[in-house]
Amino acid sequence: MNLSLNLWLIPVLPLAGAAINGFLGRKSSRQAVSTIALVFSGAAFAMALWVAARFSSLSLPYQEFLAHWIRSGSFAADFAFYLDQLSLVMLLVVTGVGFLIHIYSVGYMWDDPSYYRFFSYLNLFMFFMLTLVLANNYLLMFIGWEGVGLASYLLIGFWFTKDSAASAGKKAFIVNRIGDFGFLIALFLLIKHFGSLNFEQVFGSVGAMDPETAGTGLLTAIGILLMVGACGKSAQIPLYVWLPDAMEGPTPVSALIHAATMVTAGVYMVSRSHVIFDRAPTALVVVATIGTLTAFFAATIGIAQTDIKKVLAYSTISQLGYMFMACGVGAFSAGIFHLMTHAFFKGLLFLGAGSVIHTVGGEQDMREMGGLRSYIPWTFLAMSVATLAIAGIPPLAGFWSKDEILWKAYQVSWVYWGIGVVTAFLTSFYMFRLWYMTFFGDYRGAQVDAHGHGRDSSGHGEPHESPMVMLVPLMILAVLSLVGGLVGWGNHFEHFLAPVFGARELTETAGSITERLLMGVSVAIALLGWWLAYLLYHKRQDLPQKIADALGGFYQAVVHKYYIDELYAVFFVKPLVDGSTRILWQGVDRKIIDAAVNDSADGARHVSDEVRHMQSGNIRSYAGWIAAGSAAVLAFMIWMWMETR
Amino acid sequence: MVPSYVPLSYYLLLSGFLFACGVVGFLIKRNIITIFMSIELMLNGVNLSFVAFAAHWHALSGQVFVFFVMVVAAAEAAVGLAIIIAVYRTRETLNVDQVNLLKL
Repeated sequence: MNLSLNLWLIPVLPLAGAAINGFLGRKSSRQAVSTIALVFSGAAFAMALWVAARFSSLSLPYQEFLAHWIRSGSFAADFAFYLDQLSLVMLLVVTGVGFLIHIYSVGYMWDDPSYYRFFSYLNLFMFFMLTLVLANNYLLMFIGWEGVGLASYLLIGFWFTKDSAASAGKKAFIVNRIGDFGFLIALFLLIKHFGSLNFEQVFGSVGAMDPETAGTGLLTAIGILLMVGACGKSAQIPLYVWLPDAMEGPTPVSALIHAATMVTAGVYMVSRSHVIFDRAPTALVVVATIGTLTAFFAATIGIAQTDIKKVLAYSTISQLGYMFMACGVGAFSAGIFHLMTHAFFKGLLFLGAGSVIHTVGGEQDMREMGGLRSYIPWTFLAMSVATLAIAGIPPLAGFWSKDEILWKAYQVSWVYWGIGVVTAFLTSFYMFRLWYMTFFGDYRGAQVDAHGHGRDSSGHGEPHESPMVMLVPLMILAVLSLVGGLVGWGNHFEHFLAPVFGARELTETAGSITERLLMGVSVAIALLGWWLAYLLYHKRQDLPQKIADALGGFYQAVVHKYYIDELYAVFFVKPLVDGSTRILWQGVDRKIIDAAVNDSADGARHVSDEVRHMQSGNIRSYAGWIAAGSAAVLAFMIWMWMETR
Repeated sequence: MVPSYVPLSYYLLLSGFLFACGVVGFLIKRNIITIFMSIELMLNGVNLSFVAFAAHWHALSGQVFVFFVMVVAAAEAAVGLAIIIAVYRTRETLNVDQVNLLKL
């Protein structure tokens, strides 16, 4: 029998922080707001650590019932929590990285007039994300799922007076709704066929079913619909378009929500539903294909972006693609492993980028940077670690998880592996491109004062290092990016997650010649990307322009993100807007609904206009009406009497 | 016992005739006092049919109604004449066609 862990406290603590800051923060000092935000998110992290420390003594999966929610016939969905190895990993990543980013934000957001609002939203996000991760049924998970979407919307549009930020928030929200539509239908199918959304009950019923080898069927449909939901939340083709725009939000938000945690919710959800996907091979192929294509596609866009955060955004999409590739080939633990290491190094990259932006007074264009290495040595160090990690240079975190994914992908199909390796090359290239453009060469930007202070600036002249409160989280994440991959040593991580995902993945012969060879290829390709970036963006800086000129139209297409946004605008947004405007608004709303109301009012007025002449003020005409009325009643009575006689 | 030489229908016809006279007078006369008298005529026409029926059916309720009508008519005469005097004082006319301010 398990002792009560009071898991419910973990999400509720940040909620309390959000409420206190949200209601009382306006009048409080910055110190008080920071203390509240840090104490409550830190307490959640401390509890997560405490749970982790007692983890080995628990009988898993540990479930905790908090309160009834919906009871309808045999269907039940409760406020109840579910803890197993998978939730624990997510729990630690969310609370840990979340707490570090809270600390960082204290420095980054210090000069913002809406300081309290920022931390209230950030804590609110933590609440929903932890609800998502700890839920024991799909419905509660969906609450968290929608809640993080809300927090994401609020934080992308944090500087809502800026038009672009406000519309980026809306775009993220709307695109996510499309995905949620798929998710919801999947849930309806689950309710209809299994009568429950509880993980244990659903997976119990599904587990007893045979795999759908014929290609299509109920589980395939559910799997693909769940993947539609994941595509929205985790920014996969075709719903990835919101994530680059989401970079309008403050940089810590990009780090926490749009890199480390929220966008990985889709991966978590697919992994959590692995029982369904295991029995739906077609759905798995869909997942793997989407993941692989997204990984490659986003990486190609990433190489031509000049906004430092946009590069990282496309990189995030690409890395999420890797995670889905892993899920798609059935290597869920590899996907979760990459999720974790990605949270470290991508969180670090964003925080480092934030530090860089902070340094140069709000400038985000890498062409205006350069040579920052000597101004901000600590940020440079942290960014270097993260760049090496994401590029897949051993022994940093990214290498282990990416190599694991590629190896599993190779076992399923060399096509996935091939595209994955090319993507790894592109990843290495665009990351080192960012690295060289930002930190090497000469400082190309104007003096910061001349910029009139960007929105992140705190009024300084030369580029200078960020305050300690921002550097400490950077350093901690750098250490994690350095050593975080080592938990995968000897398939340790996979063994840890094996109770969740089943032992079937462990049958491979670890350390075979092929695996070593593939590992070598990955490293070689990462180094090749580094070398190319070095050549183009450090050694021969005239070359990129020449190449761009030589490629002409294709280069333009890449710079403009393949005109995907424009295509969506033409094929989806414009028809919808036009249809809504002309048919729904001008047609149905104005011509039918409004017209019905207005016409009945007009009709009443016209009738009244005529009838009011009866009130002439002439007593004798009134008397005439009364007499006529009486005569009519009399005539009617006589007629009735004649009828009934 | 109603005398057999005056049947009920005679009373009713007379009553209807009186009532009709009242209605017509009410509609066509312009002098407010004449209109007022027409109302009284209608009331009395109805009273006549009440008592005729009461006698015919040997029922007292018809006669009781007549007393009520008379009381109301008396009250009405008091109030109505007071109003007529008030109207005459302000409008200096008893022609109802000229008392037509209460309109849209």
